[in-house]
Amino acid sequence: MKELSLNILDIAQNSVKAGADTIRITLTEAENKLTILVSDNGCGMKEDFLRNVQNPFTTTRTTRKVGLGIPLFKLAAQQTGGDIKLSSRHKDEFPDNHGTEIEAVFFTDHLDFTPLGDIISTITVLIQGQPHIRWIFSHTTEKGQINLDTAELKEVLGDVPLDTFEVISWIGDYLKEQYNEIGY
Amino acid sequence: MKSLAELAAIKEKMQNKVVLREGSSDIRVVVGMATCGIAAGARPVLNAFVEEVNNLELSDKVTVTQTGCIGICQFEPVVEVFEAGKDKVTYVKMTAEKVKEVAEKHLKGGKVVAEYTISNV
Repeated sequence: MKELSLNILDIAQNSVKAGADTIRITLTEAENKLTILVSDNGCGMKEDFLRNVQNPFTTTRTTRKVGLGIPLFKLAAQQTGGDIKLSSRHKDEFPDNHGTEIEAVFFTDHLDFTPLGDIISTITVLIQGQPHIRWIFSHTTEKGQINLDTAELKEVLGDVPLDTFEVISWIGDYLKEQYNEIGY
Repeated sequence: MKSLAELAAIKEKMQNKVVLREGSSDIRVVVGMATCGIAAGARPVLNAFVEEVNNLELSDKVTVTQTGCIGICQFEPVVEVFEAGKDKVTYVKMTAEKVKEVAEKHLKGGKVVAEYTISNV
């Protein structure tokens, strides 16, 4: 992947597939460290699947036997000296509190750090593809914070769907302006 | 600065259109957005379809959706076009530039752009 934002787009699809109705994407930057956290309230993973999920030969896809999403994300983190951490609660054992969190730490001053890239495009594509999910995005930088919660937008929009072209482009501009505002 | 008031204005404008949109789409454009697709450039392809459908004022007729792995990863980005009563068309190795052509000729004009389809690779 050429940008970490593409890994985020890919990793978030796992949350979509897990049937989550709320997905949080939280980026935190401090000094030379970038932390990416994707958490959802989907069905969660059972312990044996969780143990093997970082292995490329573990996948839920039915079209072939390899799944590279998590291994690629892990590689991108590890090549900067960072790593990923996964935790999950399966719905059978945690009926009221199930879901998955994946946290990746990157050292941004490392030569092999992949740039974040077009994160705005990732967020708008996720919302366009899954308008019924509540997306909560926040990006904390040393210059300030960017926030988006589609539940707040839905309150204003009523029955106008989030994947309406005008709404998606408004969301893109809204995020762009927040980044401009803090001079990121 | 963008405000929620602006979003409310969009709502006003769109509300009349929403009724028209429901169930009236007869063309469905499906972009593969699994790891293979994303790594190969599916994100700009999807964005280009969303934009072109709007530019060509096809929103009432065409919906753009996303799916997982279609199974032919070596041909990603892959786009499938479904139209009632017609055979599925599979476009392969798509780019934002090719999307413009497909939107104009196929989605608007009804003519499949054969050179970008899977049967031509």
